[in-house]
Order: sequence, then C-alpha cells, then structure tokens
Amino acid sequence: MDTNSTARLLLKKKQDILVNWMQNQLLDDTLRDDLLSNEELNKQSEEFLDGLLKATSDGNFENIYTPEFEQTLDVLGDISITRARQGFSPRETNLYVLSLKQALTDVLEQEHQNDPRLLYQEVVLINKLLDSLSLATFETYLKGREEVILRQTDEINEISTPVIRVWDGILALPIIGTLDSSRTQIVMENLLQEIVNTGSSIAILDISGVPAVDSLVAQHLIKTVSATRLMGAECIISGIRAEIAQTIVHLGIDLSNIRTKATLASALQIAFEMLNLQVRKTGQAGNTKLLR
Amino acid sequence: MITMTKDMMEIVREQDVVPFRNRVKELATKIGMSLVNQTKLITAASELVRNMLKYANGGRVTLEIISKNGQTGIRLTFTDEGPGIPDIQQAMQDGFSTGKSLGLGLPGTRRLVNEFDIKSKVGQGTAVTVTHWKNGR
Repeated sequence: MDTNSTARLLLKKKQDILVNWMQNQLLDDTLRDDLLSNEELNKQSEEFLDGLLKATSDGNFENIYTPEFEQTLDVLGDISITRARQGFSPRETNLYVLSLKQALTDVLEQEHQNDPRLLYQEVVLINKLLDSLSLATFETYLKGREEVILRQTDEINEISTPVIRVWDGILALPIIGTLDSSRTQIVMENLLQEIVNTGSSIAILDISGVPAVDSLVAQHLIKTVSATRLMGAECIISGIRAEIAQTIVHLGIDLSNIRTKATLASALQIAFEMLNLQVRKTGQAGNTKLLR
Repeated sequence: MITMTKDMMEIVREQDVVPFRNRVKELATKIGMSLVNQTKLITAASELVRNMLKYANGGRVTLEIISKNGQTGIRLTFTDEGPGIPDIQQAMQDGFSTGKSLGLGLPGTRRLVNEFDIKSKVGQGTAVTVTHWKNGR
C-alpha cells in the first residue's frame, strides 16, 4: 500500500476535511460553546489539521515520535493545556482529537469506494495514528497536572515552617503536619538561622499541628532541641496533647531532658519568666498576670 | 473471630506513609475508637510502616476490622520481603537499633497495642501483626 498517495490525497482534500470536521463538531451534543467560541474552535482545528497533514506528507502515519511530528505534538500540547485551563475535561479533549477520525475517513471513503481493501488499510492506519495522538494529548494533560502538584509540594514545604518572633529574644515555630526527615532539616535550618539573625535565647517548638509523634518524629525533635542548645539557646516544646503524652510514655521515649508544656501560652509564660519579664494589666493596682 | 472488612495497601515510598496513616485513622473512627486509642494505634502503625520502609524497602499492609467475643477492633498485618531479623529477642529490647534510631520502634509498638506478634526469617522477610481493640486499655 502506498501511504504517500494517501497523504497526498488528504492534503489535497484538506479544505473538505476541515469543513466536514467542523460540521461534525458543531452538530455534536457534547459541543462546549460555553467554553470555547466557534471561531476559536475553527482556528484551533485548522492549525491542528494543518500540522498533522504536513507531518504525514512524507507518508509517515506510524511513528509520531519523529521530527516531522514535533510541530503537531507541540500544537496538540498547547491545545491540551489551554483546554484544561478553559475547563474542558480530559475526556472532552481526547474526544476532540478522536473526532478527526471520522472526517478523515469520510474523505477516504468517497475516494476509494471501489477499492474496499485499500480503504480498509487506510482506515486502520488513520485509526492508529489518531489513537496515539490522543494518548499523547492525555500524557500532556497528566504532565501539566504533575507539574502543578510538584510546584504545590515545594510551596507547602516553603510556607509550612515559619519562624515567628513573638517577643524580643523569643522565637516560636509552629509545626504543622508530619515531621519527616526532609522537613526536620528545613525546620532546623530555619530555626537556627533565625536564632542567629535575631539573637534570640529561647525557641518554642509548637507541635499542636503534628498528628502523631512516633519515635522518628521524637528523634527529630530531640535533634532539633540539641542543635538549638548548641547555639546557646533554650528550647521549649509546647502543644503536647493528652493523647500524644500517653503515646509517648507507652513508646518509651524519654523527653525528660526537654522542657515541655501543654500549650503555647504556658510555654510563653515560662519563656517570660526565664527572661525575668512580667505581663501586667495596665491601670490596675493589682499584679494580675494576663498569661496563665 | 470474624473479619468484617479487609483492605490492603502497598507501601513503597515515604509518601505512602501519610495516606496509610489516614486510612488507619478512618477505620478507627469508623468503629468508634476513643482518641487515645486511635493515637496509640496510629503511632504503632506509623512505627511499623517506617521500619518496613527503612529495612525492607517497603511491603504490604493488610487492614482489617475484626470482631471477637463481642469486641470490635482493628488488626494490621505488615508483611515485607526484606532481610529479616536475626535475633528477635534483641530487636524487641528498648534501645537496640541497627539503624541509628532510638531503638524504640518494636518494643514501643508492643506496649502501644493490645496484641502483638512478630515472625521473621532471615533472608525471607518479616511479618508483624498488631491488634487493637476499640475499648482496649
């Protein structure tokens, strides 16, 4: 079978194919003219068909990972990404690519009515080509999604460990989520750096937001406390909930060398006492402490 | 003893730990386990799953809700095909670790849950089964 002549025929009939394809799309129930205007759809479709027919002009219908197809795949990638942003489902985008099958095979049917054997071979070829193109579309879609997830993971890592200066000389570090090795590293680095920057002498690690303290998390906490002490600062761990306390005891983790408190407020009070500070209500004779 | 639901999870990366722990929490909440018991079970599960990742590069966990003598509980079975533990008695001692950790994982887990069973064959792998009852101590 001569794939070159098929390619030439398709190229010659390009306008017919496009008109046919557009008609099919506009008549289809699943048309989303709420997301994409018909002119844009026409432009998009023409660009895609143009690239596809150019790529197959040498008779290559088999392998889409060749230089000829680079442009087509680029166009397809753009379509996939913009459609995803416009709110199309991946199914709709894939159906869009697959809908070109009908338009292409219609033309071939008209031309090769009298040669069913040739027609069959051509239809199989077109089918294979568009199937792999639709898979490529889906891959692009997934890749786009994955990039978003990776970016978000980085962002979460960045924002999840803020070191807050609660008072002159007192830093607080609320830890939220699981404390794994890589996060401990970030937490420790941020904290130690901030101790240097601010010249603080007390750091409060608040673990209210840590769902479970197992021996690994405890080990990371102990390491962070030791490192803080080496820098000449004292470390208080706060936010130890009742159930966490019981679990730590059963596990057999020894935190007796570390100052621990149930709430951030009581840790802050200890910190004030260590710095010989007192918090009082103003305008009252009594020495009512605000923090208790 | 009756098994009411059975589920399996593959653990191959560190990222699988959090979804697994959430799954355990889901089951524990479903049978109405108290918060303290939930936390104990989740912590125990977390220890064992970390061991599995660290020493055996991952494995499988079977999660079951079981019922025995009118009690409801959760049974977790951790199976790996890692190097195995040569001396289980030693591994069950506080402070013993071949991997620079606190050495509390296995003994601590045994204290956290109601029932604990460990089987290991060097070169073939390790299987740990823990059961925690809804109204466990």
